[in-house]
Amino acid sequence: MPNPTRIEINCETGVESIIELTDAEIAQMEADRVTAEARKAEEDAAAQAAADAKASAQAKLTALGLTADEIAALTK
Amino acid sequence: MANTMTLIASNTVGSGGSSSVVFSSIPSTYTDLLIKFSVRTDRNDGILFDNFSIAFNSISTGYSTKLLYGLSGSAASTNSGATSYTQYLYASDTQSTANTFGNGEVYIPNYAGSNNKSMSIDSVSETNAANGALAGLAAGLMSNTAAITSITLAGVAQSFLQYSSFYLYGVKNA
Repeated sequence: MPNPTRIEINCETGVESIIELTDAEIAQMEADRVTAEARKAEEDAAAQAAADAKASAQAKLTALGLTADEIAALTK
Repeated sequence: MANTMTLIASNTVGSGGSSSVVFSSIPSTYTDLLIKFSVRTDRNDGILFDNFSIAFNSISTGYSTKLLYGLSGSAASTNSGATSYTQYLYASDTQSTANTFGNGEVYIPNYAGSNNKSMSIDSVSETNAANGALAGLAAGLMSNTAAITSITLAGVAQSFLQYSSFYLYGVKNA
């Protein structure tokens, strides 16, 4: 199986090259991938938590008898 | 205020995909740079969007990024923990509706000057559904005064899929 590639465009010459990554580059990419995925999981969880908190708050307001328009007015 | 825009180079990713796209030997004859992109990545973990990164001159230190984003009706902000690149360029991924691509642009003022390099990022993923897409506005900084001669756009943990496209423009006064 061939290594992944990167695309390089030389802006002076207009020449486009598709360059196969070296084994060292792939090893670094894998290390970066592990780090990035851990960070991304944290960020996605935070984003989801914010969305969940908003949905929960809206549900509680609805349970208290507020209409959708009233809830929307509160968040403006 | 710069008032003309010239296409310097562009690329559309081919059938094999690509881990990154690099614009090299960027001329110093413009005032600012503008990158426009339309991107879909191979992320495949249940999330309907992905983000990718930008770095300059193969420099992998000194980056910081602040993001303001909206996701499925909620809005929030965050600081990037990554210092080896600026991120928060949003794309669609394999979980997004078929054939959708995230779109956005990166504006890089005074790229050939001797100050630290700032950028503003405006992007949105797309999935043609009521929820799941993410819109982001980000401010990025590379704390390095070198003139920008190359730009690397890369998946943070994924690769760009076929038909992802990138356009690099030079901006200057006529």
